[in-house]
Amino acid sequence: MIYQGKQKIWSEYQKEIPDDHWFYVRSCIRQNFFPGAEVMFMKICRDLLGKDIYETPNHTTCGGIAYHCDTIPQETVMTIVARQFALMTEAGYENYVASCITSFGNYIEILETWNEFPEVETKIRELLWKACRREFNKPKYVAHASDLVYKFRNDIAARAKYRLVNRKTGEPLKVVEHIGCHYSKMFPSKGVGGAEYPYVLCGMIESWGGSVIDYPERRHCCGYGFRQYHIKANRGYSIANTHKKFESMEPYHPDMIITNCPGCPYFLDRWQYAISEIEGKTYGENGYGIPVFTYEEVAGLVLGYDPWDLGLQLHQVAVEPLLDKIGIPYDPEMKYKGVNKKDLLRPEIPGVLKCC
Amino acid sequence: MKENIVIIGGGIAGLEAAGQLIRLGYAPIIVEKSDRLGGHVAHWHKLFPDMTPASDVVARLSEKVSDANVFLNTEILFINRLKDSYNVMLSNGISIIARIILFTTGFRLFDASRKEEYGYGIYNQVITNKDLEHWFNTGEDDRIGMSDMNAVGFVHCVGSRDEKAGNAQCSKVCCITAVKQAIEIKQKFPEAMVYCFYMDLRMFGKKFEDFYISAQRDYGVRFIRGRVSEVSENIDGKVIVKAEDTLSGKPVKVTLDLLVLMSGMVCNPDSTRIASMIQLPADSDGFLKSKDNITDITASSKDGVFYAGACTGPKTVPETLAEARSAALEIHSYIQGLQ
Repeated sequence: MIYQGKQKIWSEYQKEIPDDHWFYVRSCIRQNFFPGAEVMFMKICRDLLGKDIYETPNHTTCGGIAYHCDTIPQETVMTIVARQFALMTEAGYENYVASCITSFGNYIEILETWNEFPEVETKIRELLWKACRREFNKPKYVAHASDLVYKFRNDIAARAKYRLVNRKTGEPLKVVEHIGCHYSKMFPSKGVGGAEYPYVLCGMIESWGGSVIDYPERRHCCGYGFRQYHIKANRGYSIANTHKKFESMEPYHPDMIITNCPGCPYFLDRWQYAISEIEGKTYGENGYGIPVFTYEEVAGLVLGYDPWDLGLQLHQVAVEPLLDKIGIPYDPEMKYKGVNKKDLLRPEIPGVLKCC
Repeated sequence: MKENIVIIGGGIAGLEAAGQLIRLGYAPIIVEKSDRLGGHVAHWHKLFPDMTPASDVVARLSEKVSDANVFLNTEILFINRLKDSYNVMLSNGISIIARIILFTTGFRLFDASRKEEYGYGIYNQVITNKDLEHWFNTGEDDRIGMSDMNAVGFVHCVGSRDEKAGNAQCSKVCCITAVKQAIEIKQKFPEAMVYCFYMDLRMFGKKFEDFYISAQRDYGVRFIRGRVSEVSENIDGKVIVKAEDTLSGKPVKVTLDLLVLMSGMVCNPDSTRIASMIQLPADSDGFLKSKDNITDITASSKDGVFYAGACTGPKTVPETLAEARSAALEIHSYIQGLQ
């Protein structure tokens, strides 16, 4: 691999990311899958970096899942998105940041469609007015939340208590980065680093001390792919995708996986359990799996937040071996204690996949 | 005859046209920006379909112009339109007043790194058709090992017939060049598996079809109809290619020791730069626009300015040479008309 070749491409795909004043919209599903991730993003932006990030409880789904499952018309999705933009306009913002990759792709696709077909935008404005008497300005900038963390990656590194380094050997951790399909595959110029060799997560990994693994199935879908998983009959296809990725990355012995999509960390994490039950195979060291994280969780870890406050106890694959490798302290007794030390109850231990 | 004729470009079109003009009694001036004559062909190893050494062709053409005025390492600084002639200013400080200019500025090879999914410039074992010809000629390329060449792939139409790359045109020679290079690889590595990934094969020229059949029948080259979707690298540094076999309707994945990208022809930016000095228009494909694409391919829209070769679009070597001879004859007729 020629690193300079990738650097050349990265230099060609840099997008403008404003420094401050963002209207934030959450994901439909991330708070259930990885409840600490979005909280961590807000803490980093607001508390650590002092940025103005606004969110409103009135925002809804972007309609992206239904759109990609072909269950609602495109005009409906556009009107939902127009309402989100109206909320942003009413709040006085013009920079729009989405927590979800599919939402990000959805917003970009709709804005590009309106640029190409202004008559569609006019129609959607009429529909929004009829539906809820709202008007909107189009955002000046649209970013994914990982774009912002990428932009602030060196600020985070400067404040970090830990680095993505094996504390015993001093070697950088070997990190697999997995980019959500809707981040830049549809519009390469809208993602940091483009579509083929995205840099948004690589930049964080490099800044925080790790080394990036480029393995053959790097670009492959995580296995979520809405029509693969949401249709029950297709779930075998979903896990086959994930299995293909793990088989491909296995020879590189990754220490961890970082993702920037709601579905990817969930499926890369949970399917490791399913694969272990079906195949009797695990991909981490000593019978464990390869821990999978969102970029906000990793940012939280290097900044020194308590792993259990980050919600890492809700991962299927145990994170403790990685915490030990980096040297991050944790209290095993507190793993399944929730807010106000409420007992979350211990999950059943899998038969094959080793867990703590 | 004392009539200044400036030929811009010392590739095979320029050489052939100059040779013909010398035979007709003129003393053409060849201006070449590089340090050698022969253009792209000078960098090629053998030419389809008879495996003619490219160096022989260039040598034969160069012989015919041994008495011509040749300026190497020389660029065109500007061209001014005078009343009935052109003032051509060269980078070596020489100014030429000429009534005749022949553009033989040729083409530029498509920059394969722009097709990011193929990994040229990213993965070590991905090379271009030009890189392979260089290796055939010199044997110098660290990426090509003599001992462990078990599987080699060729990707047709890289930057050709590709609207995303901004080039809708067919480059005409890539299909047959891939066949030729695949055969040459099989001759050097008889045990290697060789795959050609193609959209469709355009075997339009003399003996092209025979050459293609021979590649399959005599050398066992495997042709897969389907575009490559992505290229990656495994832990051993081998190239993994994913494609769709549209005949069997199935995806295919192969592991290769070498992947060769058949970079297509695109317009030479020098052509359009120089042409714009005298307001010569470009065609919709970016190449120079002939007066008429059927009946007047070597004529431009300006008096005394002619075209030959790939400056007006992708061409094979025989087509280029035929067009160069045609342009020489057109120039001769034009000069006769001036007298």
